[in-house]
Amino acid sequence: MLKLKFRRKHLAIIYAVFLIAFVVAPLLLIFYYAFTNDAGQITFHRMVNFFTDSSSLNDLLVSILIGAANTVLCLLIGYPVAYLLANPKYNKSKMMLLLYVMPMWINFVLRTGATKDLLYWIGISGNNRPYTATLIGMVYNYLPFVILPLYATMQKMDQSQVEAARDLGANPFQTFIKLIIPMTMPGIVSAILMVFVPTMSSFVISNALGGAKVNLIGNNINTSFNYSRWGDGSFMAIIMLLLIGLTFLLTKNVNKEEGRGSLW
Amino acid sequence: MVKKILAKSYLWLILLLLYAPILLLVIFSFTDTTVIGTWNGFSFKPYQNLFGNKDIMTALKNTVVLALTAGVVSTILGTVGAIGIFYSSRRAKNAINAMSQIPVVNAEIVTALSLRILFAFFNIELSFLTLLIGHVVLTVPFVVLSILPKLQQMDNNIYEAALDLGATPSRALWSVLIPQITPGILAGFILALTLSLDDYIVTAYTRSDSFVTISTIVEGAVRIRGLTNAYRALTTLIFLAVLGILIVMNIMASKKKAKLERKF
Repeated sequence: MLKLKFRRKHLAIIYAVFLIAFVVAPLLLIFYYAFTNDAGQITFHRMVNFFTDSSSLNDLLVSILIGAANTVLCLLIGYPVAYLLANPKYNKSKMMLLLYVMPMWINFVLRTGATKDLLYWIGISGNNRPYTATLIGMVYNYLPFVILPLYATMQKMDQSQVEAARDLGANPFQTFIKLIIPMTMPGIVSAILMVFVPTMSSFVISNALGGAKVNLIGNNINTSFNYSRWGDGSFMAIIMLLLIGLTFLLTKNVNKEEGRGSLW
Repeated sequence: MVKKILAKSYLWLILLLLYAPILLLVIFSFTDTTVIGTWNGFSFKPYQNLFGNKDIMTALKNTVVLALTAGVVSTILGTVGAIGIFYSSRRAKNAINAMSQIPVVNAEIVTALSLRILFAFFNIELSFLTLLIGHVVLTVPFVVLSILPKLQQMDNNIYEAALDLGATPSRALWSVLIPQITPGILAGFILALTLSLDDYIVTAYTRSDSFVTISTIVEGAVRIRGLTNAYRALTTLIFLAVLGILIVMNIMASKKKAKLERKF
C-alpha cells in the first residue's frame, strides 16, 4: 500500500492551491472579461473606447497627477519628520514615532469623514475646492505610510559617514544631497510604492471629499462595479496593473530587495 | 539649541495637524449638536445616540467577528504556507513567493474587483464566506511575510535532533518547530487583525448586502451627508482604545527593557 510520508514541504501545497484559486485565477478572469464581449468572443472595443474617449483619458491623467502630487507632498512633509524622529539628537522617545503611526489604526473611512468635517469647518469643501479637498484628504491618509519606511531606513543610516562628510568639508546642503538622500533611497522608493498607485485607487477619499467632481481611475472602476459592468471595470483594472508594473520598473534599479512588504 | 527647538516644534506641529480632524470630532462628541462649530453645552447625548443606534452596534459586532475569524484563518493558512515555502525546492519557493506577493503590491481595488468577478463567473452567491475569503487574500501574505524571517533565524538542527530522538515528524513540528516561530505567528495575527479592521474596498466588493461593517456603514454616512454625532462618539471611543493600547504597549516594552538591563 502506498503510504504518503509527511514532509514539511507538502504544507506549501495547501497555500499554493489557495493562491492559485483566489489570487491568480481572479486576475486571469480580469483579462478574460476585459477582452471578451457578452457572447464570449474576443474583442478589443473596450481598449479602443478607453483610448478614444476624452473623459476616460482625462480621468487617467488626473489620477496620475493627483497620485504624483500626493507622493511629492507626503515626501516633502514626511521626510523631515522621519529624519528628526530617527535622529537621537532631536528625539529619544519611541512614543513620538508611535503617535505618528497611530492614525493608521483608526478606521480609515472614519478618518476621511473627520477630515471632511474639519475642511468643511474651515470653509473648504467638495463644492468650492474639490481638488484641494481631495489632495488634503490623501495627504492625511498616506503620510504615516511614508514616515514609517523612511524612519526604518534612516535608523539604519551610518551616522559616522555623515560626520566624515562634515569633517572633510562638506556643507550641510552638500551632505544632504550627496550623502543622506542616496543613503535613504530605499526608504524613498518604498514610500513611493506605498503612495503613488494606492492614491489612484482610493476612491473613498475622492468620493467623500471631492463632492462627486473628482473622478480618479478608482472611482471609474467602482462605478462599473456598481452597475455590474465587469468588462469595463476589468479593462481599467488592467490599466492599473500596467501603472503598478511601470512604477516597479522605474524604481527597480534603485532598490533590489526592499518593497512594500519590507515595512513589516 | 535653537536647532533643537525648531526640530521639536516641527515634529509637534505636524503631529497636531495630523490629529486635528480626529481631535475636532473628539471635542464635538461632548455636545449635542449636528453641526461642527456650534457648541450647545456639555452633553453625553452623542454617546447615547451611538449606543442606541442598532445599525452601528451590529456593524461594530460584525467588524470584530470578521476580523477575528479572518485573523485566525489567515494565521493558520499563513503558518502552514510559510513552513511549506521554507522547506520547498528553490523553484517552488520562488513561484509561491511570487504569487504570495501579488496581493501585497496590487492595488486593493484590483484585488477586490478580481475576487468579485471570480464569484460572479462561478455564480457564487455573496455571503460571509466570500467576504472571509476576501479578507484572507488581503491579509495572509502579510502573515507569511512576518513568519518567514523567523524560520530563517531558527536553528534547524533542533528539529533534526527531535527526529533522531524518536519524535514523529508531526510531533516535531508541533513541539519543536512551531514554538520557535511563535513571535512571528503572533505578529502576523496582529497585523492581519489590523488590516481586516481597517479594510473598506475588499469588504464592499465581497460582502452580501445584509452584512454591514464599520467601514461600510461609515462610508455610506460620509458620502451622503457627513458624520452624525453618534459617529463622533464612535471616533472618540476608537481613538481612546487605540491610545490605551499604545500606552500599555509602551509601558510593557520599557519594563521588558528595564528587566533586560538589570540582568546584565
